[in-house]
Amino acid sequence: MLSKFDFLSTIASLQIGEIGYISEESLDLIPLKLLEMGCLPGAEVQLIQVAPLKDPIYINVNGSHLAIRKETAAIIKIIKAS
Amino acid sequence: MTAKNNIKVALIGNPNTGKTLLFNQLTGLNQKVGNYPGITVDKKEGASKLSNNHTATITDLPGTYSINPTSLDESIVLKTLLKKNIKSSPDVILVVADAENLKRNLLLFSQIKDLEIPTVLAINMVDQMQRKGITIDLTLLKEELKTEVVLISARKNEGIDDLKAAIIKCHVAAKASPMCSVNHKIDPDYFDKLKEISPNYSLYELWLMVTQNNYPDTITSEEKEKLLAFKHDISKLKKYQHKETIYRYQEINKILKKTYLVDKTKATDLRGKLDRVFTHKIFGYLFFFLILLLIFQSIFDWASVPMDFIDGAFADISGYLKSQLPQGVLSNLITDGIIPGIGGVVIFIPQIAILFMFIAILEETGYMSRVVFLMDKIMRRFGMNGKSVIPLISGTACAIPAVMATRTISSWKERLITILVVPFTTCSARLPVYAILIALIIPNKKIFGFYSLQGFTLLMLYVLGFATAILAAYILQKTLKIKSSSFFVVEMPNYKIPSIKNVVFEVIEKTKAFVLGAGKIILALSVVLWFLASNGPSSYDNVEKEITEKSVSQELPENELQQKIASAKLENSYIGIMGKSIEPVIRPLGYDWKIGIALITSFAAREVFVGTLATIYSVESDDDNTSTIKEKMASEVNPVTKEKVFNFPVGMSLLVFYAFAMQCMATLAIVKRETKTWKWPLIQLFGMTGLAYVSALIVYQILS
Repeated sequence: MLSKFDFLSTIASLQIGEIGYISEESLDLIPLKLLEMGCLPGAEVQLIQVAPLKDPIYINVNGSHLAIRKETAAIIKIIKAS
Repeated sequence: MTAKNNIKVALIGNPNTGKTLLFNQLTGLNQKVGNYPGITVDKKEGASKLSNNHTATITDLPGTYSINPTSLDESIVLKTLLKKNIKSSPDVILVVADAENLKRNLLLFSQIKDLEIPTVLAINMVDQMQRKGITIDLTLLKEELKTEVVLISARKNEGIDDLKAAIIKCHVAAKASPMCSVNHKIDPDYFDKLKEISPNYSLYELWLMVTQNNYPDTITSEEKEKLLAFKHDISKLKKYQHKETIYRYQEINKILKKTYLVDKTKATDLRGKLDRVFTHKIFGYLFFFLILLLIFQSIFDWASVPMDFIDGAFADISGYLKSQLPQGVLSNLITDGIIPGIGGVVIFIPQIAILFMFIAILEETGYMSRVVFLMDKIMRRFGMNGKSVIPLISGTACAIPAVMATRTISSWKERLITILVVPFTTCSARLPVYAILIALIIPNKKIFGFYSLQGFTLLMLYVLGFATAILAAYILQKTLKIKSSSFFVVEMPNYKIPSIKNVVFEVIEKTKAFVLGAGKIILALSVVLWFLASNGPSSYDNVEKEITEKSVSQELPENELQQKIASAKLENSYIGIMGKSIEPVIRPLGYDWKIGIALITSFAAREVFVGTLATIYSVESDDDNTSTIKEKMASEVNPVTKEKVFNFPVGMSLLVFYAFAMQCMATLAIVKRETKTWKWPLIQLFGMTGLAYVSALIVYQILS
């Protein structure tokens, strides 16, 4: 499986339309609230839209459509689909 | 109906699940807003007839994604649920979930289930399942969740009878079992020790007490001490909370794999298409700006018709009663005190109702979340939050609901700043003051050939209000030494056609809150004002005689004499004395003692300014002259200089004063309630009024 993915990065580094998977090592760093809203390790994240002033960003994670701030997105590590 | 058959139901669910619509369907207009015991936050309650033998009292709890709160709104849910075994605690919990986001909705359900209170799950929006390619195996889901599950469509009023039957069934069975008993799987020893502390609470309840630092009154001090010991290792608590959530999702996924199917090929991407427009760099802001224009246009244009009607109607009633009632103190109280007082409250209803109709529609459609998304970065620069936009817009109707609308902001500092600056936005109570002053001092001319200069001045005053709010927020952000983590997450719900029922109910509720909140104060003040204007110290009673005696030699015509007496009476009344005593302070702003009276009374509520001047001038001119308040003000001249009182510099000075001054007792009371201290309302009172005084002084001194 892993060969399909390349480098480690965070949600904040996704381009619009790009998909990544939340990495297991982020678990303790993800705010509980986000976890509860479906932002779980292993979950698929897609960047849908970036606000006009580059922040916040709008993602679809695990079927939840959420807007989060970039500072939060930068904490959550992902593995990008190549 | 015996009390035994009344079931207390708590309604819980994620935001955007149609929870409010379900509440409205179940209860109709049998709703009332009260306070949660011990928490000063509004609670919505309604009665519902479940069957011939059963009724229910349904409490609508604020929408939340989890039982672990991050905002004031959400903490109410936890507080209500942890109050077990007391009279007001719910018998049955009704969890509302949205068929499309069932997985995430079940997280909250699993937490509730672990509290071991009988729970019913209502899966809403099933009318859209087919379109979205969703199928649910209801029988198996009931079995897996070990509870009553009902498919409903609150919008189409389908499945409501089944739901009522399920609530009764669940209540009668009174069985409750935890869903995940999650904590055992994480660290058995740890959680066994926790469970040993008290047999009166479920393990999950004890766990919530520890993690949320929220202890019910029923807990003994010995138990509490033991629970506190668990708080020593905070990082462990945090870690276990994370593990708990992961575990819950694992369990939910297992269940949904067997019972829930989505055919993704059937999904349409309407949300994506609309989002591309509404959150677009340019079109997004343009659309938001157009919406704002539409709202303000309607507040002025549409509302002016019913407002004029109300204004006229109350004047007619007052006039009619004056001619019918026998002369006396009591009829004076009714015609000059109470009726104008009620009129002063009712006149704002059209504007407030229209504004809240728009806000309700924007929230219902899901568009408001996009506004929050667009505005967050901008608002953050000024120490606020994307969510502050909603209170700031609401503030153009009334600051009271606006202050309450800040509860969704989870960062205390951002919320506090929003509360503090909201009263700068031009509320509808300022409008009558602005309207009359503008009509007096700004010529009715067109600029650029089409735009009314008076309308432009009004627009500028709105801009001034918003700009001051933003600027004040910026200063507060730099000066307030409050540390609070600013965490922000907003769900971007699917776009929906708003439910008319929800919009109507919301408008009724907000309008009622205004009438009962601010209305009482305004009415009470109108009566006090009337009393102060028609009574005075001992000299007051002799005024009539003195004037009459003095005038004998002058042989004045009867009506002129009466006017002189009325004027002298007012000057010697309690309120006249108050106005006179502050005259030295307000003289530099260009105001005389009559305006002083209006300023004093305005500190209860701004719109009283117009009413006060109306009272002063109608008390003064005791004839049946039907000239309007505006005409009376325009013809008012300074007895010494023979200059007009309401000239351009005075008018401008007053406009600026009213734009900035904190003159609303009802707002101060609500800020005290929401911030739990008098510190912040007092800062508002002195800060804003100080700013008003200095600005009005500068304006008057430059212009005159």
